[in-house]
Amino acid sequence: MAVVSVRNLRKDFDGGAVHAIDGVDLETEEGEYLVLLGPSGCGKTTLLRTIAGLEEPTEGEVLIGGHVVNGLPPRARQIAMVFQSYALYPHKTVFANIVFPLKAERLDKAERDRKAQWAAELLGIGHLLDRKPRQLSGGERQRVALARALVREPQVFLLDEPLSNLDAKLRASARDELKAFQERVPRTTIYVTHDQVEAMGLGDRIAVMSAGKLRQLGPPVQIYDDPADTFVATFIGSPPMNLVPRDGVLVGFRPEHLLPVEVVPEAGRTTMPFIVDRMEYLSGDRHVYGRVTGIGEETRVIARLPSTVETPISGGETHDFAVAPGRLRFFSAETGVRTDPVRLGD
Amino acid sequence: MAELTATRTRPETPPVMPPRGRRRLSDSDSFLAWIFLLPSVVYIIGLVALPFGLAIAFALSDVSAGDPSYDWAGLDAFRRAFDDPVFWQSLGNTFIFTLVSMVLIVVLGKVLANILVADFRGKWVVRFLVLLPWTTPVALSSVSWLWLLDSIFSPIDWALRNLGLIEANMYWLGKPDLAMASVIAVHVWRLTPLAAVIMMAGLVSIPKDVDEAARVDGAGFWRRMFEITVPLTLPVMAVAALFGAVLTFTDMAVVYVLTRGGPTNSTQVLASWAYIRGIEGGDVAQGAAIALFLFPLLLAAAVLILRAVRRMEVR
Repeated sequence: MAVVSVRNLRKDFDGGAVHAIDGVDLETEEGEYLVLLGPSGCGKTTLLRTIAGLEEPTEGEVLIGGHVVNGLPPRARQIAMVFQSYALYPHKTVFANIVFPLKAERLDKAERDRKAQWAAELLGIGHLLDRKPRQLSGGERQRVALARALVREPQVFLLDEPLSNLDAKLRASARDELKAFQERVPRTTIYVTHDQVEAMGLGDRIAVMSAGKLRQLGPPVQIYDDPADTFVATFIGSPPMNLVPRDGVLVGFRPEHLLPVEVVPEAGRTTMPFIVDRMEYLSGDRHVYGRVTGIGEETRVIARLPSTVETPISGGETHDFAVAPGRLRFFSAETGVRTDPVRLGD
Repeated sequence: MAELTATRTRPETPPVMPPRGRRRLSDSDSFLAWIFLLPSVVYIIGLVALPFGLAIAFALSDVSAGDPSYDWAGLDAFRRAFDDPVFWQSLGNTFIFTLVSMVLIVVLGKVLANILVADFRGKWVVRFLVLLPWTTPVALSSVSWLWLLDSIFSPIDWALRNLGLIEANMYWLGKPDLAMASVIAVHVWRLTPLAAVIMMAGLVSIPKDVDEAARVDGAGFWRRMFEITVPLTLPVMAVAALFGAVLTFTDMAVVYVLTRGGPTNSTQVLASWAYIRGIEGGDVAQGAAIALFLFPLLLAAAVLILRAVRRMEVR
């Protein structure tokens, strides 16, 4: 039985003028880390808030633990949520913040203290219990928010962009901690982010959303290697997948698969002349910007050459590049959806 | 992207021009500061500092309507005020009215503020109606309350009689206890909107996330109210309470219009008693001495308000 599932969920705002969620079906698997990924305004946060009970769906059902929870207030849903801002109670100490949900449950004091201590120790904030939130660093606040979510022993954790308030350096270590936390407390978690690196790193499965619709649901490798449509193909990956139009289809290949012809094994490779415009040297890789011809219309593409490829390349030249077999993806030019492979025959 | 290629040529940089124009008077911060502050300084000196100095001067003199010449009389006026039991009664009444009104204003203001921030159809009409008592001049609204509480033609009595709740008229302003209650009720009625608007500002400033976190954490309406909303808006509520207190404490219009301090001085307050003694009775020195008793409490209130505002800034 799925911990959380949503069925044909719709959420309109402004009297139907805005479809924030436009018919989404989604089911979590037991104990998994499900990441909702999409650009801002794609409806991922609205979906999370609808599951939490902070928004009522316009249509469709939300099920938690097999029960329809539409109309139930958040407190009756056995969920815990970590907000983007952490939403700690600024006037309460760390300890009071953590026991707040237990007080609301009317747990007796001894049990409350025991649970709060347990959660604080688990997250390594036992020495901060007397502080106020404003005396904490961003990372410590995140841990307090997690502890406050944890003490409720919820069926599901809902995390709304919990890393976006941290600076880049802290974000990496906080992501690490989240992963470790997940291993210690294996519980179904729905995690919202617009950052594909977070999604790829944390998610057991990723649900890519755009314009209120679910575009693809699958493990990170599948999302990256086998995008369901051009939106997923270009949203995931940096730089994104190259798409070359050709007779009603789009031929797609990742920048790291477009390599100088001499480093691609000959059997079955697709060769194309690459007119190099310029080059960027980024953290060991060379990003080569230019245009390819031959496999379709002349199109601007990017190639990412790892440091192991030492072929000399400079702007203004034309080089033969190639893509290894099995690395090409094909999409309908009209709908953007994946289609069957087309023989490129050259 | 083409313009980003490494081979692009830089545009010609314009030739360096010498600075033009001179420093103007309006470039000087210290001059501007003076100019902008001057009107309020003049206002405060003319309408606050001077009258306050005058009140102290009058209180230490024997100036009266019959003999306006200034003669030093020391603490004579204070002695005369203290010897009169009505002064002590007024002092007590002032505190009772202020405290009771303040509590009611804060509680009702909080309720009203919750209504004001709520989202429902026709909220503009409700907001407009709620703010009306505050926008009506005190004297005018007091006069209409005088009619509402009339001993014979009171519509309130009429309604209560027809509902079968009372047998005969209540004489709201004719019995000491009822008169006090009436005065308090009018104060609360006219100041609650102000407190509500102040507290509404406080409510709006609470991050939405924090309230939602409390909802997810399982807190119901009352727990959210007393553990989250009230502690977070405490400084704002303090400001609302103190404004309510100051405006009740210093007000004479409500008492003067409704009861003139009666029956038998049971609703007399310092402000009305100072007016009756100083202006109607002609004993300007004693009126000034009585009025000066408002000062210590107002000072305390001002200090507390400023502190509360500071606390809000710190948070």
